[in-house]
Amino acid sequence: MSTKTKLITEPGREVTQDACRVCAPLGACLAFKGVEGAVTLLHGSQGCATYIRRYLISHFREPIDVASSSFTEETAVFGGKANLLAGLDNISRQYTPQLIGVATTCLSETIGDDVAAVLRDRVPADPEEKCKVLNVSTPSYSGSHADGFYRAVRSLVSALTEETSEVFTQRLNVFPGMATPADIRWLKSLFKAWGLEAVVLPDYSDTLDGGLWDTYQRIPSGGTSLAAIRGMGGAECSLEFGHALNPADSAAVWLEECRGVKRLLLGAPVGVAASDLFFHRLQALTGRDFPADLSAERGRLIDAYADGHKYVSGKRAAVYGDADLVATLALFLLEIGVTPVVCAAGGPVSAFREVMKGLVPDFEERGMEVLSDVDFDHIEQATARVGVDFMIGSSKGYKAAKRLGVPLVRVGFPIHDRFGAARQRLMGYDGTQRLFDELVNTLLSHTQEATGLGYSYM
Amino acid sequence: MPSKLTPEELKQELLKAYPAKVARKREKQIIINKHKDPSANGLPTTNEVLANARTIPGILSMRGCAYAGCKGVVLGPTRDILHIVHGPIGCSYYAWLTRRNQTRPVSDEDPNFMTYCFSTDMQEEDIIYGGEKKLKKAIDEAIAIFKPKALDIFSTCPVGLIGDDVHAVAREMEAKYPDVNIFGFSCEGYKGVSQSAGHHIANNKVFTDVLGLGDLKKPGKYRVNLLGEYNIGGDAFELERVFEKCGITLQATFSGNSTYEEFTSAHNVDLNLVMCHRSINYMADMMETKYGIPWFKVNFIGAESSAKSLRKIGQYYGDQELIDRIEAVIAEEMPAIEAARATHRPSLEGKTAVLFVGGSRAHHYQDLFHELGMETISAGYEFAHRDDYEGRHVLSSIKVDADSRNIEEIEVHPDAELYKERVTPERKAELLAMGIEMNGYEGMMPEMKEGALIIDDLNHHEAEVLIEKVKPAIFGAGVKEKYVIQKSGVPLKQLHSYDYSGPYAGFKGAINFYAEIDRLVNASCWGLVKAPWQSSPELSASYAYVG
Repeated sequence: MSTKTKLITEPGREVTQDACRVCAPLGACLAFKGVEGAVTLLHGSQGCATYIRRYLISHFREPIDVASSSFTEETAVFGGKANLLAGLDNISRQYTPQLIGVATTCLSETIGDDVAAVLRDRVPADPEEKCKVLNVSTPSYSGSHADGFYRAVRSLVSALTEETSEVFTQRLNVFPGMATPADIRWLKSLFKAWGLEAVVLPDYSDTLDGGLWDTYQRIPSGGTSLAAIRGMGGAECSLEFGHALNPADSAAVWLEECRGVKRLLLGAPVGVAASDLFFHRLQALTGRDFPADLSAERGRLIDAYADGHKYVSGKRAAVYGDADLVATLALFLLEIGVTPVVCAAGGPVSAFREVMKGLVPDFEERGMEVLSDVDFDHIEQATARVGVDFMIGSSKGYKAAKRLGVPLVRVGFPIHDRFGAARQRLMGYDGTQRLFDELVNTLLSHTQEATGLGYSYM
Repeated sequence: MPSKLTPEELKQELLKAYPAKVARKREKQIIINKHKDPSANGLPTTNEVLANARTIPGILSMRGCAYAGCKGVVLGPTRDILHIVHGPIGCSYYAWLTRRNQTRPVSDEDPNFMTYCFSTDMQEEDIIYGGEKKLKKAIDEAIAIFKPKALDIFSTCPVGLIGDDVHAVAREMEAKYPDVNIFGFSCEGYKGVSQSAGHHIANNKVFTDVLGLGDLKKPGKYRVNLLGEYNIGGDAFELERVFEKCGITLQATFSGNSTYEEFTSAHNVDLNLVMCHRSINYMADMMETKYGIPWFKVNFIGAESSAKSLRKIGQYYGDQELIDRIEAVIAEEMPAIEAARATHRPSLEGKTAVLFVGGSRAHHYQDLFHELGMETISAGYEFAHRDDYEGRHVLSSIKVDADSRNIEEIEVHPDAELYKERVTPERKAELLAMGIEMNGYEGMMPEMKEGALIIDDLNHHEAEVLIEKVKPAIFGAGVKEKYVIQKSGVPLKQLHSYDYSGPYAGFKGAINFYAEIDRLVNASCWGLVKAPWQSSPELSASYAYVG
């Protein structure tokens, strides 16, 4: 049947067939995992916490605690205040967290619970309680998981960052977006090597990619400390990675407007050009020379591009997923000579075409189709129409790729059918190198399997 | 490293972190197993478990919601009913093939909608102005493209709150498309206290709107339904193989590897076999009242249990030909089982397991561990009721609380035409004398040793205490628990999705399971947890002097 199904073709259809995005509360849960001593509570039915935990855990292969205010029918009718308060006290008692991030769901938003007011008036059962409780509005009927992620990061900054008149040079705020733990780890060691005092938010490089435990850890160690977030107002500037994020959801925009910290927005450093720009910024901030080992990394990457061009140059790809990642990957693909003929953002991102136009002014002439708010059926149709050599995006594109008979390079979230998603490296020359190798190998493997001749010399 | 603590001490360890109010409630959900005093006329004297009670906010439960039970568990494994989830996108996405149910369409032309995820993807304006129009249009589109025989609608949290009437929409659309059976489920996530509410809601609607509409009679002398088998990891395929070999016709499975047509004709059987008692006992009871089809409990997890369940079927029919054929099949299957056990049992014997899964697996899988010489020292269900723990004889003494009262109990009467008594009361008594209790389920606790710790709705904190204090050789649960348990150096076997392996049911499944548990418990990685200089002082010294 799967090969026989006609795809829905009429425009403006109502049924979403195989969505290419998840809901906002998931993004908030991910963001709060990157704060030291933090626990998330989802205000709604316990199913949300259970589903979201399962989804995140299957991707990262790490424990992820998300509590719930566990609504019953009675709660849905009379309001969630009592459950929320009980939930907060129970978390506080069990975990002694430094922070509880409360994210709403469609249930609590639909009944109109005023979470901010409940938190404002809350008197903890334990008078000794020292944890900070903050909330973020993440109704599942609005935006996508990426929006929930950005909003939660912004809520952390707006609730915690203190006003300060002091500015520390060489201190930097970094908002990497939904980066992999390995990329966050790479960023941190890079800043350290460059002598920059950088606060990366969120930082789930340890909490979502940690070792075995000698002793039990109620909340896994790691994460951005609350003190560091409080001090973000004293940074020289904020680096924010992204192309399509809504300024109203941006933490760096909030810091610029409310704490006077200059915002530098740039695309995630994936690919030579984006990495060059990123390192150029770091040079400007530090006044340092370009390190020799980075030059060598860059050299190796260009060398690999040269060695691999026979396999990739002139190829066509469909890239899909979160808007920022799609834009980042599209630029990388163009750089290696691949035309991303389908660039599809799963979430409802207003002005995604304009964003792409800004990045690739002649995208129409290049035959690139730019889509947003689309599901996998739309993506598959568009891809089938124009024809591609491979697809690149989350593991959810597997079904479409299989039907179209093209290989899939797995990048982004979720990756549920492969191992090591948390350790995927994309950023910098070195990260790009790994992505490039994987991409070339995927194409080689596909050709090898397809010929059936048994060649082991490709 | 077996526990040095007594069961009572362990229980206190579990409770001590809680505030008094929480501890008082959990105290009734954590029970030290004690077999009933036979002198008390078989009435429950101890062992009463507080089950199917509300989850405590802020305590990390393993439970899901009513929607998960309805869509994910009961209806999800059916391949040719087109499922539309009415609500914001998350719920539909999260239930998209995640239970890894398998299905096998007969031909390429047969529909299989299981790999799809359909949703109305409600947006803010739908929440404000209502989503019925959008739902109707989504149904129009789905029918135009996929032409299903049946289409169902699952309500997520906001639907009931904003007053969308999925049942009215279903009626209206069915009038528009008389060839398509369209029905809806009011399975909003906040209904009941767990997935269990969703099972009941699913059972009710399938019973009233699907069952009895068809008249398929699969050929065969012994026609049965298998209720509560969801074909995780191909379990149903193995059972289909065994049944066919025994000459027993599987008319319908609820709902692993099933079709709509099989559901419609499930009344054309002589017997219902109940696997997962929790999720499907409603259906079994309603079918008995309406059609006179009796049921009994089976367990096909474990080779011995599979043999026992097959023998029960033979005895029920009382037909020597069938009894002989079943014995021949068991005799044919057993040598491979014994050979596998001889291979794996020596490296597992005497080790311990704990099991916290679902509404029947925490019971059923004990048999497989037992076959390996492993004891289950602590177990509990996520969403079961007291009868699943203590046996169905407690049903009449279960107090119905407000959460359960909100789930409809359908009044069922014998069907004027289709009701047929299959077993007389005398025959029932005969069967009982042979050890076959019709409509009976003894529950998990009588089969567990005294002193075992029964924990209902185990939460995250308690799982951690168990690992620390008991350190079992293996922990059977789900992916949410998996990585926290493994961080402590204990392997976790996923018994919801089987870690992408299986089947574990039936005979071939048992062989798979033996090998799997051996592979996990004795994996080489556990030996690397401690660095050499951590565990051996001499090594430490030698490392220090190297270089």
